[in-house]
Amino acid sequence: AGQDVGRSCILVSIAGKNVMLDCGMHMGYNDDRRFPDFSYITQNGRLTDFLDCVIISHFHLDHCGALPYFSEMVGYDGPIYMTHPTKAICPILLEDYRKITVDKKGETNFFTSQMIKDCMKKVVAVHLHQTVQVDEELEIKAYYAGHVLGAAMFQIKVGCESVVYTGDYNMTPDRHLGAAWIDKCRPDLLISESTYATTIRDSKRCRERDFLKKVHETVERGGKVLIPVFALGRAQELCILLETFWERMNLKAPIYFSTGLTEKANHYYKLFITWTNQKIRKTFVQRNMFEFKHIKAFDRAFADNPGPMVVFATPGMLHAGQSLQIFRKWAGNEKNMVIMPGYCVQGTVGHKILSGQRKLEMEGRQILEVKMQVEYMSFSAHADAKGIMQLIRQAEPRNVLLVHGEAKKMEFLKQKIEQEFHVNCYMPANGETTTILTNPSIPVDISLGLLKREAAIGPVPDAKKPKLMHGTLLMKDNSFRLVSPEQALKELGLAEHQLRFTCRVHIQDPRKEHETVLRVYNHLKGVLKDYSVQHLPDGSITVESILIQATAHSEDQGTKVLLVSWTYQDEELGSYLTSLLKKGLPQSTA
Amino acid sequence: MAAHLKKRVYEEFTKVVQQQHEDLSTKKLRLTKPSKSAALHVDLCKATSPADALQYLLQFARKPVEVESVEGVVRILLEHYYKENDASVRLKIASLLGLLSKTAGFSPDCIMDDAINTLQNEKSHQVLAQLLDTLLVIGTKLPDNPSVRMRLVEVACKHLTDSSHGVRNKCLQLIGCLGPVEKGVAKETESQAAKDVQKIIGDHFNDQDPRVRTAAIKAMLQLHERGLKLQQAIYSQACKLLADDYEQVRSAAVQLIWVLSQLYPESIVPIPSSNEEIRLVDDAFGKICHMVSDGSWVVRVQAAKLLGSMQQVSSHFLEQTLDKKLMSDLRRKRTAHERAKELYSSGEFSSGRKWGDDAPKEEIDTGAVNLIESGACGAFVHGLEDEMYEVRIAAVEALCMLAQSSPSFAEKCLDFLVDMFNDEIEEVRLQSIHTMRKISHNITLREDQLDTVLAVLEDSSRDIREALHELLCCTNVSTKEGIHLALVELLKNLTKYPTDRESIWKCLKFLGSRHPTLVLPLVPELLSTHPFFDTPEPDMDDPAYIAVLVLIFNAAKSCPTMPALFSDHTFRHYAYLRDSLSHLVPPLRLPGRKLVSSPVSPSITPHEDPSQQFLHQSLERVYNLQHLDPQGIQELLEFTIRDLQRLGELQSELAGMADFTATYLQCQLLLIKALQEKLWNVAAPLYLKQNALASAAAKQILEETYKMEFMYSGVESRQVVIIHHMRLQAKALQLIVTARTTRGVEPLFGMCEKFLQEVDSFQRCFISELPHMQGSFVDKLLDLMPRLVTSKPSEVVKILQTTLRQSTFLHLPLPEQLHRATANIIEPTGESDNPLRFTSGLVVALDVDATLEHVQDPQGTVKVQVLYPDGQAQLIHPKPADFRNPGPGRHRLITQVYLSHTAWTEPCQIEVRLLLAYNSNRSKASARIPKSTWSESLDALPPSENGIEGTIPFSKPVKVYIMPKPARR
Repeated sequence: AGQDVGRSCILVSIAGKNVMLDCGMHMGYNDDRRFPDFSYITQNGRLTDFLDCVIISHFHLDHCGALPYFSEMVGYDGPIYMTHPTKAICPILLEDYRKITVDKKGETNFFTSQMIKDCMKKVVAVHLHQTVQVDEELEIKAYYAGHVLGAAMFQIKVGCESVVYTGDYNMTPDRHLGAAWIDKCRPDLLISESTYATTIRDSKRCRERDFLKKVHETVERGGKVLIPVFALGRAQELCILLETFWERMNLKAPIYFSTGLTEKANHYYKLFITWTNQKIRKTFVQRNMFEFKHIKAFDRAFADNPGPMVVFATPGMLHAGQSLQIFRKWAGNEKNMVIMPGYCVQGTVGHKILSGQRKLEMEGRQILEVKMQVEYMSFSAHADAKGIMQLIRQAEPRNVLLVHGEAKKMEFLKQKIEQEFHVNCYMPANGETTTILTNPSIPVDISLGLLKREAAIGPVPDAKKPKLMHGTLLMKDNSFRLVSPEQALKELGLAEHQLRFTCRVHIQDPRKEHETVLRVYNHLKGVLKDYSVQHLPDGSITVESILIQATAHSEDQGTKVLLVSWTYQDEELGSYLTSLLKKGLPQSTA
Repeated sequence: MAAHLKKRVYEEFTKVVQQQHEDLSTKKLRLTKPSKSAALHVDLCKATSPADALQYLLQFARKPVEVESVEGVVRILLEHYYKENDASVRLKIASLLGLLSKTAGFSPDCIMDDAINTLQNEKSHQVLAQLLDTLLVIGTKLPDNPSVRMRLVEVACKHLTDSSHGVRNKCLQLIGCLGPVEKGVAKETESQAAKDVQKIIGDHFNDQDPRVRTAAIKAMLQLHERGLKLQQAIYSQACKLLADDYEQVRSAAVQLIWVLSQLYPESIVPIPSSNEEIRLVDDAFGKICHMVSDGSWVVRVQAAKLLGSMQQVSSHFLEQTLDKKLMSDLRRKRTAHERAKELYSSGEFSSGRKWGDDAPKEEIDTGAVNLIESGACGAFVHGLEDEMYEVRIAAVEALCMLAQSSPSFAEKCLDFLVDMFNDEIEEVRLQSIHTMRKISHNITLREDQLDTVLAVLEDSSRDIREALHELLCCTNVSTKEGIHLALVELLKNLTKYPTDRESIWKCLKFLGSRHPTLVLPLVPELLSTHPFFDTPEPDMDDPAYIAVLVLIFNAAKSCPTMPALFSDHTFRHYAYLRDSLSHLVPPLRLPGRKLVSSPVSPSITPHEDPSQQFLHQSLERVYNLQHLDPQGIQELLEFTIRDLQRLGELQSELAGMADFTATYLQCQLLLIKALQEKLWNVAAPLYLKQNALASAAAKQILEETYKMEFMYSGVESRQVVIIHHMRLQAKALQLIVTARTTRGVEPLFGMCEKFLQEVDSFQRCFISELPHMQGSFVDKLLDLMPRLVTSKPSEVVKILQTTLRQSTFLHLPLPEQLHRATANIIEPTGESDNPLRFTSGLVVALDVDATLEHVQDPQGTVKVQVLYPDGQAQLIHPKPADFRNPGPGRHRLITQVYLSHTAWTEPCQIEVRLLLAYNSNRSKASARIPKSTWSESLDALPPSENGIEGTIPFSKPVKVYIMPKPARR
């Protein structure tokens, strides 16, 4: 889905783990390009060995359409993760998709029903906010995403590196779903869709009111309204909207919904009430909102019935199927109306009529003149530019990667994101790989003895403040350990080396050597009260472990050379001593 | 230490035992006390394991401890505290200490030192936190002891470095509650803790634990509440906290910022990343607006609520909150609101839609688009679109408050409010309708807005429709089409929901009187008159036609040219409606007609004062004539009562007062009649008839006094005394009558005693009022009290009789406002001839809709009574949710009454009425009795004496025709 909509499939390598996000198909193509090119993953060897898991964000075909092909025909046996509603509805859509391609278009070499079933057996369902351990290191967690029933955003986490993949999401609640929400998880990378990267939408209330007004006016005029929808998602929202409106206004005109698929899907909507919005969740005790009173199943014969009616028909872009059939029947009458409630991919009839074409070339060279009114209502449940920014603000990622949108629009949003949040933003094209540097923190085991010893020094440890410790980092057997130097030496079988610094300090002192030594000794004793200063019988002085010896200069007897020697551990004291001695001895009165 | 404590405990123990011997008779309660603390001690000593000890403590905590023994108990607990090794037991002891220090009347300063001492050696963090909590309780119990507070704050400061969040939490809480508020005090004491408490708390804004951060902010808010002026320097700190990871912290920080913005609205703060400066309140407003799109809905609600109370914000910022720039593919797009407005201002009446009028227009400069504005941009747009209805309601409320203070903002937010009428949650819709009503004086509705508003009239919820009617009552409509539209929609509503009749008529009344000029051109159309042809006369009983007439007549009131357009039957209908629905139809100056009711309306205000004067004069007259001959008094009273009743009918404002006094005088009259000399002189056998009169009078007086006490709102204690006094007199009368008629002394004993008890309780309740009652019945009675107590019943009766006769007539002072509780049953109307049929043995639900006026606490007092023809009565207590409160002093009861009966052969009428239940326990008098005397009297008197329960019917009964059919087998 790099810089284009459809065929969502993203490969993430995070801390040595490979995760595939979504496995979609492209609506616009009917050849090999409709599925992602899985040879990108690995040229030789089985996919299962290479991929740790596959995550499906929601049931739209551009996010899950290639799944049976991928798992059964290309061959993948690892786990596939999706939410419960997605798992329930996804096979229905796949089956429908298969029927259209195989039965209607007569394609061969396509996945079969059995393959869909087999594929679904590999699916592991997850709950919202449930942390699933895929293996010891990889964990995933789902967040609510709005958009369609069961849509989820996934956080993928390995160690302390994490990625959030939004799938498609919606930041404004609608009639049947709530708004996407994520906590401040501060991922290293946020992969966000950007369908409406350059759009800021009007309030949904205006949109709804407009929609209802248009439908109402047409119905009062006696016209027919065609609303091409995808079977799931927007359709349910619009149904609820019209249903409540019909109830409130006490209208009688029939509303139809194309059959089959929808009834099954509606059943799932009724079941997964917890995934819907506040209103439906609150009222379902009295009445489940998805048990429609005014909306009936559609029969092909109804299309020729006289009088006003409202029909929801699939598919949403008028590219095939029932919606196109009805459209052809009704297009000639200017009383009728078609309302396109969502995005239309280039090349579909929907796109053509929306761009103002009034004469359409249909199959078989016949020309269809469109007299009916064409309206566009953006009911698409994607986040608009403001919503995307809002999500970024909520999650506070360190990097953002835009997918699922058009390049030109992404460019604008990318620039905005970089400007507002001061984070890096990427927008790779299909097949392009983006590498993101992370700044991982690595946990290290520390031996208890060392910890206690080090903790005893300095102030009382504070659980959340960093503290400086001395020790040896041991990287052995793929694990990190922090141990004391002695133990490290022992483990590695190395002998301890001592590093000593020596320094000569010249002092002008005409007296005898041992007198000089005595003077130095007295001086040091006076200055360094806290340290043990000793005068050894062999004529040298020790300050803690630092050794000071005095010899007369070979040439000038009046100059005495003080030899100061210390180990590197005592560097601080040693250098202090030298600087002290360099200043010279105080003029003694003795 | 422990030994010393133990000694003290035993000292106290013995001391108490002595007391017990001294005055065993009077202070019974103390008997239990020593055993309590001693028992605890024994228990705790017995306890072998910590679990046992904990059990004992838990048991102990269940019972309250008397004030006197608290200290002893505390000592015992402390002693065990030192001995105890188990942290959980110590924790329980610490919590008990706090509980005990809360005991009313106990001054905890004596145990403070010990409590502070315990802190020293405590290792367990939980116990430490609990002990600090105890200290907090102690500190709050000693509000005017600064040195103690200082000490506690010092202790708290010491423990602020503790590693447990719980302890730090409590410390901050303690500092917040007890920290010195005045700067001066802090300087005097010069101690280490006296350093600025604000700084100490402020340092913990950056604590690593979110709970501590929250506690710190809360402590700061607490200081503010206690009157400390917070420093402005905190503002920047608080702003940083807005970006906290934890919602409690953010929520508290929002509050803190709001407080600061109210404290320093005008100070200037710099905008980061630029060198501009803005007012602090604006900056804070912007920040809080930003929080309206926070991730946590709790914070969102909080932020949205607080926005409403920031009234000093400059209008420029305020208007930004409604601003949201739209774009589509980088081109500027106008919002639907802007489009609607343009359409309207261009003068084009909403004809069909134009193709593509929402097509994006000009290109936007990509650099200029600011996707996440730091300012207030679109805060309300977001708030109103929020997922949680709590947030939406909060946003609507905030809009309401801001719009009330700023007319220009009101005009702007109108679009959004209108949009909210279509919210999916009913509460939100209702709230936005109410909001709109509140700001309606600032706004005029455009036609397209009116359209949306009116669409809601079809809502199936009654509350919404009624709220909308209320709204329409006070909205300004700009065009005549608007009025027409409103009328049409209201009529549609009427046909759909006929029960809304009253409310719709009322709504049209106001609509008409507000827009006379707009109604004028519509009149011919509305009355369907024709210049040449006579049109058929509409049906007078049609509610829709009445609705239209109400609109027109009210408009005609201030539009003298309108009646010229009326046809003949309209005038006739006017006369009819003016009579039948006088509250809806105003008096009109009609051409060619005598002004039927002209003197009433315009001249009503100047009359008001004289009528009040009249009331007072007539009362004066009554009160002054103390020693007229009985006949004269009776006549005067009768006349005055008649006058007052008439006055009440004429002057609705004075009705309550007039009725009240009339009732009082009526009681007095009855009393005088009953006490007439000659009645009592007749021999006993002939007496029977007179007796009936007297006892009936006594009974009636009793009833009337209950009415006076409970049916009027605004009755003050002065009146209550007099009412009770009157009741006492009535009871005396009853006693006398019974004494004369019954033979034998036995029953009299009881009655006398009861009466004397009542006198006693009267004295106790109204002791403060007694000086005002010189020469009254009670006054005399109390003088004779010693004699009464010792004398025989027959003597008592004699004394009573003379006192009753000699006692003077008490002056009834009138309160400022007095209203009689009234109820009017709207539904059922009682006009239906079709019986309500149902199968006997099953139930049928009857909708009851009534308006109540001046009823206090209707949920508790109003009941519905159903009287069946066989005399069976059923009392129904409506659910509290059935009462709505549309305005001050007004209530609406909408409920369902379930009826059932055995089979009847013929349909018959049942009566439905509303009753006002009262209970003299709840009376205003008893509320004033101090608690202690109350409980004593409860012991002394049987409860039935105190709590006389009864009901007063206060609505006209409505008859409902029902027919229970026998069940078919």
